[in-house]
Amino acid sequence: MNSFISWGAVDPMAPIVPNDDLIIAGQRIRSRLITGSGKYRDDRIIRDVLEAAQCDVITVALRRVDLDRPDDSILNHIPKDKILLPNTSGARTADEAVRIARLSKAAGCGNWIKIEVINDTRYLLPDNQETLRAAEILVKEGFVVLPYISPELACARRLAGAGVAAVMPLGAPIGSNRGLRTLELLEILVEEIDIPVIVDAGIGRPSDAALAMEIGVDAVLLNTAIATSPDPVAMATAFRLAVQAGRMAYLAGLGPQSKTAQASSPLTGFLT
Amino acid sequence: MRVMINGKSEPVDDGLPLDDLLRSRKLDPACVVAELNGAIIGKEAYASTRLSAGDRLELVHFVGGG
Repeated sequence: MNSFISWGAVDPMAPIVPNDDLIIAGQRIRSRLITGSGKYRDDRIIRDVLEAAQCDVITVALRRVDLDRPDDSILNHIPKDKILLPNTSGARTADEAVRIARLSKAAGCGNWIKIEVINDTRYLLPDNQETLRAAEILVKEGFVVLPYISPELACARRLAGAGVAAVMPLGAPIGSNRGLRTLELLEILVEEIDIPVIVDAGIGRPSDAALAMEIGVDAVLLNTAIATSPDPVAMATAFRLAVQAGRMAYLAGLGPQSKTAQASSPLTGFLT
Repeated sequence: MRVMINGKSEPVDDGLPLDDLLRSRKLDPACVVAELNGAIIGKEAYASTRLSAGDRLELVHFVGGG
């Protein structure tokens, strides 16, 4: 029987689908699950979460130091071999995003940046126009740019044309755990956009992540669903398995759907 | 003299090098990025950068985020 699956990979931590690395900006990413580092009750658990999720990429945010209460850096809880993906959260305009990106790069932890430009406080929906403007500037400055966007084809095309490394459309509002409310638009992006499509925001359950992978997105980025679970390490494991299952289903190819039943057992040879 | 640090007016010794300020505030220079009057200061320049009255200094670092 022919199958792309390596059944020899009995190590549960090993990638189940061989030679299926995600390539972003020329870099091999083994895990198609990207996680955030926010909202943990205790940051000391992040190391275990990353181990369970088998993540290669993790997001962080840039904020003012609290001079009255200097706390330890989040970097103390992230293994050095991870790719750091700072976001530009807090930016309401392209210029603010560019400023945050430059400061993040000056921290000396690489040149990846998740552009996040938001000026809507209720739904935290991204401003695609300002995001595009920031992306054009930052790509020229040599950043590996991953913009968080509303799933809109024209904007995604312009971003791809501007040279971003991936587009990151939302499934539902940030932190809402509501799943893939934008499913049909995501499917269009998967079909039409040649660079990696990463669903960012809204994924609440492992089944949401699996569904995203089944429709062919290249990776998922989530934070709240793991960080706010009563057991983040177990939830990180669940998401790792879901992402692998969804990816495998996509590669295998889903069977066709039909409106009416298609008998699974032979329709001949019935007992009479 | 007084310097605006992260939007707050703070007392600082005249001509204090940036890295001394960070240390006096118990901040690890390796983990903090500084922006002085709108320009990013490279970490290698923390020792040679001296603060003047009225400077606007931003000190930022990475925190957890999604």
